[in-house]
Amino acid sequence: MNKRNYMNPYLAGVLLGLVLLAAMFLSGRGLGASGGIKYTVVALVGAVDKQHAMESAYYSKYFENGESPLKNWLALEVFGMVLGGFISGALSHRLKFKIEKSPKISNNKRLLFAFLGGVFFVYGAQLARGCTSGAALSGMAVLSVAGFVTMIAIFGSAYIFAWFFRKLWI
Amino acid sequence: MGPLTILSELPEWINLLIAFCIGIGFGFALEQAGFSSSRKLAGMFYGYDTTVLKVFFTAAIVALAGSQLLSYFGLLNLKLVFVNPYYMNATIIGGIIMGAGFIMGGYCPGTGISALSIGKIDAMIFLLGGMVGAFLFAETYPFIQTMAMENYKGPMQIDEWMGVSPEIFTLILILAAIALFWLAELAEKKFSRAEITNDL
Repeated sequence: MNKRNYMNPYLAGVLLGLVLLAAMFLSGRGLGASGGIKYTVVALVGAVDKQHAMESAYYSKYFENGESPLKNWLALEVFGMVLGGFISGALSHRLKFKIEKSPKISNNKRLLFAFLGGVFFVYGAQLARGCTSGAALSGMAVLSVAGFVTMIAIFGSAYIFAWFFRKLWI
Repeated sequence: MGPLTILSELPEWINLLIAFCIGIGFGFALEQAGFSSSRKLAGMFYGYDTTVLKVFFTAAIVALAGSQLLSYFGLLNLKLVFVNPYYMNATIIGGIIMGAGFIMGGYCPGTGISALSIGKIDAMIFLLGGMVGAFLFAETYPFIQTMAMENYKGPMQIDEWMGVSPEIFTLILILAAIALFWLAELAEKKFSRAEITNDL
């Protein structure tokens, strides 16, 4: 069956806004994504080298209460995201293993830059205490200056770097 | 009255169940918007597809105006909703690093998770890189800790900073968004790349 078109962007925006509003109303907080990745890494490091985790200034705070770092709001939200995305992909016939890239570049080049992009993005998100979801979008919804500055910094920087990486996309 | 789990002292597992359900909605909305496609997301930075701007600003306004309304009718105590603290150096430098990662990888963490959930292999590699990024941050944290803590401004809010009421600021943001949407529609015509958008 043919894949269905994406939702109208303004309608999808209203839906996303209502989900964020629900998070604010129910749990008193915004959405997040990079935080979920962080908790996964913290749990992995704890499983591989507990001693290092307990001695590190960064990891130790996540093991203080003796519970798994994955028993956490953001980690559970990210597990839900995978299910929600899967449901949407199934309904719209978009479930398929594939490497998405410009036909002008090789698979290896796409995957190398995808990897590097991930390293940069989540490193920056840890520094800025949130990514496009947790800092920019959720921050703007509560009028936080950090949210607006994050949004401007991410998009401004991406526009500047877009020229250097144009061959990856166009 | 909200925030529900804070005011009604529900057990922790209910809050975690809420987190899971919110996540389902979040992942569903991102995928439906087309954020599971890196070439669609990258279109934002070359002008051929501006879905990112439309979805992002519409969502921010709906949540902002919605929470102001709930607060006005006494249904939501906004003082109990988390406001992101502003560490000026960390926010600006972190944001610039994120922008570079965005254009290299084609995803941000949330959209990467959305793309992973429908089977995009490039998104899986992006998130693997993301885990390495989080690991590198933890290991380098002692060296950058001082810089990251500098110029701390607290949970500063933009309406107070500008000296206007939240309602006025919301109105300003809505007007700015309408102007941006208009520009975005113009950009999609000017920088149109049918060979890419027909593929998406």
